[in-house]
Amino acid sequence: MKRREFLKSVTALAAGSVLPAAPAVWSTAKAQSRQETLLIVSESGPNNLDIHGVGTNVPGYEVSWNCYDRLISHEMKTLPNGTQYYERDKFKLELADDMNIGDMSVTFKLKKNAVFQDGTPVTAKDVKWSLDRAVTVGGFPTFQMGAGSLTKPEQFVVVDDNTIRVDFLRKDRLTLPDLAVIVPAIYNSELVKKHASEKDPWGLEYAKQNTAGSGAYRVVSWNAGSEVILERNDKWIGGPPPKVRRIVWRMVPSAGNRRALLERGDADISYDLPNKDFVELKDSGKLAIVSTPYSNGIQYIGMNVKTPPFDNLKVRQAVAYAIPYQKIMDAVLFGLAAPMFGAAADAPTVAAWPQPHKYNTDIAKAKALLAEAGYPNGFETTLSFDLGFAGVNEPLCVLTQESLAQIGIKCTINKIPGATWRTELNKKVLPLYTNVFSGWLDYPEYFFIWCYHGKNSIFNTMSYQSKELDALIDGAVTAAAEGDKAAYEKDVKGFVDLAYADMPRIPLYQPFVNVAMQKNVSGYQYWFHRRLDYRALVKG
Amino acid sequence: MLRMIAKRMLIAVPSLVGVVIVSFLLTRALPGDPAAYFAGPAATKEAIEQIRAKLGLDKPLYLQFIRYVGDLARGDLGDSLTTGQPVAHEIKTRLPASAELTLLGLIVSMAIAVPLGIVAATRPNSLVDHLCRVISTAGVSLPVFFTGLILIYVFYYLLGWAPAPLGRLDVFFSPPPHVTGFYLIDSLIAGEGEVFAASLKQLVLPALTLGIFALAPIARMTRASMLAVLASDFVRTARASGLAPLTVVVTYAFRNAMLPVVTTLGMVFSFLLGANVLVEKVFAWPGIGSFAVEALIASDFAPLQGFVLTMAVMYVALNLLIDVLYGVIDPRVRLEA
Repeated sequence: MKRREFLKSVTALAAGSVLPAAPAVWSTAKAQSRQETLLIVSESGPNNLDIHGVGTNVPGYEVSWNCYDRLISHEMKTLPNGTQYYERDKFKLELADDMNIGDMSVTFKLKKNAVFQDGTPVTAKDVKWSLDRAVTVGGFPTFQMGAGSLTKPEQFVVVDDNTIRVDFLRKDRLTLPDLAVIVPAIYNSELVKKHASEKDPWGLEYAKQNTAGSGAYRVVSWNAGSEVILERNDKWIGGPPPKVRRIVWRMVPSAGNRRALLERGDADISYDLPNKDFVELKDSGKLAIVSTPYSNGIQYIGMNVKTPPFDNLKVRQAVAYAIPYQKIMDAVLFGLAAPMFGAAADAPTVAAWPQPHKYNTDIAKAKALLAEAGYPNGFETTLSFDLGFAGVNEPLCVLTQESLAQIGIKCTINKIPGATWRTELNKKVLPLYTNVFSGWLDYPEYFFIWCYHGKNSIFNTMSYQSKELDALIDGAVTAAAEGDKAAYEKDVKGFVDLAYADMPRIPLYQPFVNVAMQKNVSGYQYWFHRRLDYRALVKG
Repeated sequence: MLRMIAKRMLIAVPSLVGVVIVSFLLTRALPGDPAAYFAGPAATKEAIEQIRAKLGLDKPLYLQFIRYVGDLARGDLGDSLTTGQPVAHEIKTRLPASAELTLLGLIVSMAIAVPLGIVAATRPNSLVDHLCRVISTAGVSLPVFFTGLILIYVFYYLLGWAPAPLGRLDVFFSPPPHVTGFYLIDSLIAGEGEVFAASLKQLVLPALTLGIFALAPIARMTRASMLAVLASDFVRTARASGLAPLTVVVTYAFRNAMLPVVTTLGMVFSFLLGANVLVEKVFAWPGIGSFAVEALIASDFAPLQGFVLTMAVMYVALNLLIDVLYGVIDPRVRLEA
């Protein structure tokens, strides 16, 4: 490199910093593909295409749901507001052609013409291998299968090439619904096994990057963190053929941009915008907005009942009277949530969940209760929340802090980053915090097993222990399995009443899933997993 | 010069070793627990422990470090849990995206700042000089994410001139065959004019955002260094000899004023790589910065270590390049270490 030449070239570069004009090679093939393509924008994308993988995130569930079939799925019903909503108790056959429920087992016959995306037929062997995989790989899938008493490979028996029997471990009402969640997906066992190794007997590495199912869509390109492209599988026989040929799912981290993309008509669907944006979009009327409450989900304020001062019932009641419920509904959620407070004093408890409690904001009563509890001047504590959901959590906590200060409880707000949140919850030392829980299986006892039962799961964040409540929950589980409706309802009402009397956690509201789409997009369905089902979507 | 480069590379080795150790320790000191994070929303204690064992995080720290260094020696940077891909692959595909944006941002910035600085220096305290001052102050005071959002709001949302801020290419184009990873270059190599135009369109707003941010140091440095040179004896001599003003300014003065400007460019390039993180977030750019931020939020160790290491290597290379350029621009500066 010579000095003079270099200097000349720099000067030339500075002088000629006009970009070369693009050669004119224009094509017109793009227009028609726009009509057949659906563009979805969301904040984050999948980290794994296989729900059995280690640490597969929630967007990954969406891929699995659309690219794999299960033996059974749910029917749809129409809510009064016109939203399609899954029918909890009505099953629909997906890969199965016939379902025969016996006393201690259920037998499925497979659809004869069902094929995987590479053309090989779906056999009972594949089903067994897939279900074995789900109960063996460990982590979340195994745990979810266990929730329906599906824990051992011996439970899945190949009767013949076309028939599979699932033996029950015990009578459990959740076994059948658990076969319709995302986890028991059916994999192309020969294809995955070809890519398995001694270290990776279940072919997790292959399935992480490739979809190997019989589902309605297959992933044709996945650029982690920026884009997933799916194409329709025309060989799918699990239901009516989907209308949309191609799904492009782009990750757009900035919520403002997602909104702009929707308003400009460039994106077709987005579903994780701040509540305020949804309300404004709804009011503008340019887009179709669907809001549906989370099934079996509640945002709550929890208290650690193991340590003072929250081990004192009167203190917990005082807090329950000091929460600014309505302000939270208005200023934080902009009305996009179902209140879980302020039921009429004479409202009877019903055998359903979630249902509102009878507390309302009443500062005078709260003060009196706190004085009775021996804290006339209040106390100091910390109020923690998950920064991963700061959009809702932060204003919610600030309002609560303000309100609690009025009865003398001085809170320091403790913001915990998303990565640490679960670790902190697991330690069960946070005195006061807000969190959200929602269960895939929409049964009251399912919620209570996780959140209130004395076996102290991670979601019993309060470390609440009550022999009486445990007996009621166990009673409801048994009654449900035996089909004893009267006993079941009695026990459900019993545990709801007891949970609201003891108030270890204060339900605030049932959050909404908000989906915004262009007016020409229809067919949105609400599923227990709250992700999109591409198979029913229609554009144009 | 080759001896000088070899020497400089040797000196860089200890700093890279230091970076490996420090980045390993720092990521381990992060408060998050990746096992709990990736065990999913409904994990039991046992499920978390299972995942911890799978990730090898149950082993003592020194064993983890030995494993990490062993993998590193084989060129394996580990797997990212947030995106599910090998880190080396991620960096290989994302670095060109960031580099293309940063370089273009730098070019935009230079194209505005250098002429502005020169003109401001030739007419101190004139209107142009004040304009230069105002523009550079405004550019550096506005945070990049704000400039980015404003540009999107005006040029995409209101006017509809710019394409949707959806990353490197419009949804309906497929990227050109991979050669360099720079879409502008690759599309030209493949002769795909449409793709070239599409990716250039996507680049305009983010590059402008970065460019505006980087104006200040370049413009100010050009102005100051030009002022000093214009006041020097040889410029007076050139003028006295009756050379055309343009020749004096561009050929004689500017060349001699370039040294500090190049130093600033190196510095600006490195801080643009940092500012990139926010621009990438705003424009959904699949670059290395947004990758690192996502990894940080999830306490995902491997990508963080890979990112820090890549950046360290780039800084070493950049500094080397600038030192070499010094010698080329000004023969008086021969760096014999």
